[in-house]
Amino acid sequence: MTRQDLCIVGAGPAGMAAAVAATEAGLRVTLLDEAPRPGGQIYRDVTRAPAARQTLLGPDYQAGADLARAFGASEAVHLAGATVWHIEEIEAGFALSYSHDGRSHVIEADALVVATGALERPMPLPGWTLPGVTTTGALQILMKSAGVLAEDPVLVGCGPLQLLLAAQLVAAGRPPRAIVETVPMANYARAMKHLPRALRGLGYLTKGAGLLAKLRRAGVPIYRDARDIELEGRERLEAVSFTSRGKTHRIETASAGLHHGVVPNQQVTRLMRCAHRWDGRQKAFVPVCDSYGESSVPGLYVAGDGAGIRGARSAALAGRLTGLRVAEKAGRRASPEITSLQRALARDAAVRPFLETLYAPSAQALAPSDDTTICRCEEVTAGQIRAAARANAPGPNQVKSFLRTGMGPCQGRVCGLAVTGLVAESSGRSPGDTGYFRIRPPLKPLPLSELAAFTPDDE
Amino acid sequence: MTTNPASDLLVIGGGLHGCAAALFAAKAGLRVTLLEKDSVARHASGVNAGGVRRLWRDLAEVPLSERSMRMWHRISDITGEDCGFQPVPQVKVAESEADMAVLAARVARMHAAGFSHERLIDRAELRALLPAVAAHCIGALVSEDGFAQPFQTTRVFARQARAAGVRIHEGQPVRRLRHEAGLWRAETDEATWTAGRVLNCAGAWGGEIAARIGDDVPLEPVAPLMLVTQRMRPFCTAVVGTAQRPLSFKQMPNGTVVIGGGRLGRADPARNRTDINFREMTQTARTAREIFPIMAGAVIQRSWSGIEGRTPDRLPVIGRSARHDTAFHAFGFSTHGFQLGPATGALMAELIATGRMPPEIAPFTLTRFAIPDEARTQNRRVS
Repeated sequence: MTRQDLCIVGAGPAGMAAAVAATEAGLRVTLLDEAPRPGGQIYRDVTRAPAARQTLLGPDYQAGADLARAFGASEAVHLAGATVWHIEEIEAGFALSYSHDGRSHVIEADALVVATGALERPMPLPGWTLPGVTTTGALQILMKSAGVLAEDPVLVGCGPLQLLLAAQLVAAGRPPRAIVETVPMANYARAMKHLPRALRGLGYLTKGAGLLAKLRRAGVPIYRDARDIELEGRERLEAVSFTSRGKTHRIETASAGLHHGVVPNQQVTRLMRCAHRWDGRQKAFVPVCDSYGESSVPGLYVAGDGAGIRGARSAALAGRLTGLRVAEKAGRRASPEITSLQRALARDAAVRPFLETLYAPSAQALAPSDDTTICRCEEVTAGQIRAAARANAPGPNQVKSFLRTGMGPCQGRVCGLAVTGLVAESSGRSPGDTGYFRIRPPLKPLPLSELAAFTPDDE
Repeated sequence: MTTNPASDLLVIGGGLHGCAAALFAAKAGLRVTLLEKDSVARHASGVNAGGVRRLWRDLAEVPLSERSMRMWHRISDITGEDCGFQPVPQVKVAESEADMAVLAARVARMHAAGFSHERLIDRAELRALLPAVAAHCIGALVSEDGFAQPFQTTRVFARQARAAGVRIHEGQPVRRLRHEAGLWRAETDEATWTAGRVLNCAGAWGGEIAARIGDDVPLEPVAPLMLVTQRMRPFCTAVVGTAQRPLSFKQMPNGTVVIGGGRLGRADPARNRTDINFREMTQTARTAREIFPIMAGAVIQRSWSGIEGRTPDRLPVIGRSARHDTAFHAFGFSTHGFQLGPATGALMAELIATGRMPPEIAPFTLTRFAIPDEARTQNRRVS
């Protein structure tokens, strides 16, 4: 394929908005995305969800449809069902190797926008590997893409997505069994100091209050300040037990959704060796970017939640901003819109300190007990990781060499931040100084036969 | 800047060779300090394919390799841990009659030199050893060798070295190295160390350290590529290569398959970086699938690469400095040094402690690269 001015990875709000803006400015753009249809996780299948499901999922989901329509009408080439498995820096640009319909190809571009969004922060708890336990995000994906509703789930953890899914289940007439919320009461007081600023983003707060009211009306029990959570069962999940404000509870259930927020998906930016910093409030690594989203690797931009969690609306703004910036740098006219987008982004971020403080990840899951499994692929416990760190493993990569954490099929996506956290805790260093796994290709598992048939130089 | 009390021996490099030499030197009664620029086993020693192979080595290396093999079989006695060592055959498969002829000639040459560990097997014996091998493979060369866990092995040697009194300092890149008033002085950003003797085990960075004391060794940094698959059912109990095509293939005890074989990625030792070039791996993937048809269903999980130093003749530099009686080298193992680690460590310790050159390492002195003065002048003029 001819060299592109811009390649975008990810068809969520950031990727779609970047594609629209860059093609408007006259750039030749190809967007690659794993899913068969645009939308990313947040707007998954938005272009073909039946009306009833759209209503169920609410107006925010429907907002994605407008963006997807604009993207569909743009000049951008959409490579749907394309899994990018390697990216290399080449002369003044990038070469992306990707898998499409069982064959691998290479596409080259002068600039790259990484719009690979967020991953759910894994919530390692005793028993979280039992069948019947999944994540809230996974339950929502089932609903968006297949219209499947979870059976009577207990939702454990905290964060806006937890409340949103609960409200969507209520709307579908299948309310969750209970919400077991891990927010310590002290967080409410701590979050209050960020409230005045958050009021500038009033829409988010009223939306949250609306969700809570809906759940209360539906009679969904909410257990506050839950601690000592255990997911119990022999062959599969049988009950969730915990203490809430001094009382012990045990709720029998066959289904649980865990969630305590989302974190930037670092796989591509780590592969490309972009500089990252530790964000103490988001408790996650974020790539270091300038105010246009350009990373420490020239020509590589990050837009949307991958650059730091700010939600879908900000992702669309950042995507547009980045698309215009790439065009400007490619010699197209400078857009006066850029500064207004930067202002809009700042406004939209006003609610973040409040949310990040209130819904800080649960202490129990950040410092899991020694017997809790951390690496699910290789079945490694927190205790083993602490022992390796004490036995002079200076960072996550040495722990990986010792214990194989991060070498399994998830390629470190699930255990990565937990391993960094445990090594930091054991060595008394900050997570930022402790660092993260080195990420090596392929970004996603690749059939050997496909590599054998790969002829990158003939393209 | 602190100056530390003098040691008898300063080892530069915390890979397998440095840690093993430090261990044996300490056991021989020397006071030993080891400086590692990053962390122990960070580079090639920790991330190589782990082959414990005598098969198909250059004849010059065979005595050293044999000596090391005997140590591998006693590795638990030597280090207190098994290092993941698994004695299994190493196999070089013949895909044609021409391949068989190449392998037969090799056996004849080995026998003539007095070595009997490599032997030829026919189609039936190959099939019995490797039932999953492709039908077109008609025989093989076999040696009873093995593999081990490289990261674990190197860390075990480091731990034993510490227990024997070696002081290991990590994160200490040597910025300056010079001989002054009868002592070697190594300066890092934080401190100065002194010792009566110095041993350069700096791997891909060994050429740079050697140059600082006036020893010229042409060393090229290379990055051997490796792929590992998701777990597969057990089907291969040997380390497998082919007679003519580059391949190193083995199934680990956990079911994953590790594929390497001399394909090289880009190495950037100054920045501790290697770049994975999948163009180089397409041919290896084809070879793996052709030798083991079951690999048509394999899924690649990860790739990796370490930084190694390769010499022009692909043989290591082991022995005394050309310019200083009290300086020694053991580096440049050219992507096949892991198996040699234990014996090289023991023999370097012997050389350093006694001054007597063990015959197994005698062929590897750096003087073999000596450029005649005339050629050297010409080289300068050209560059």
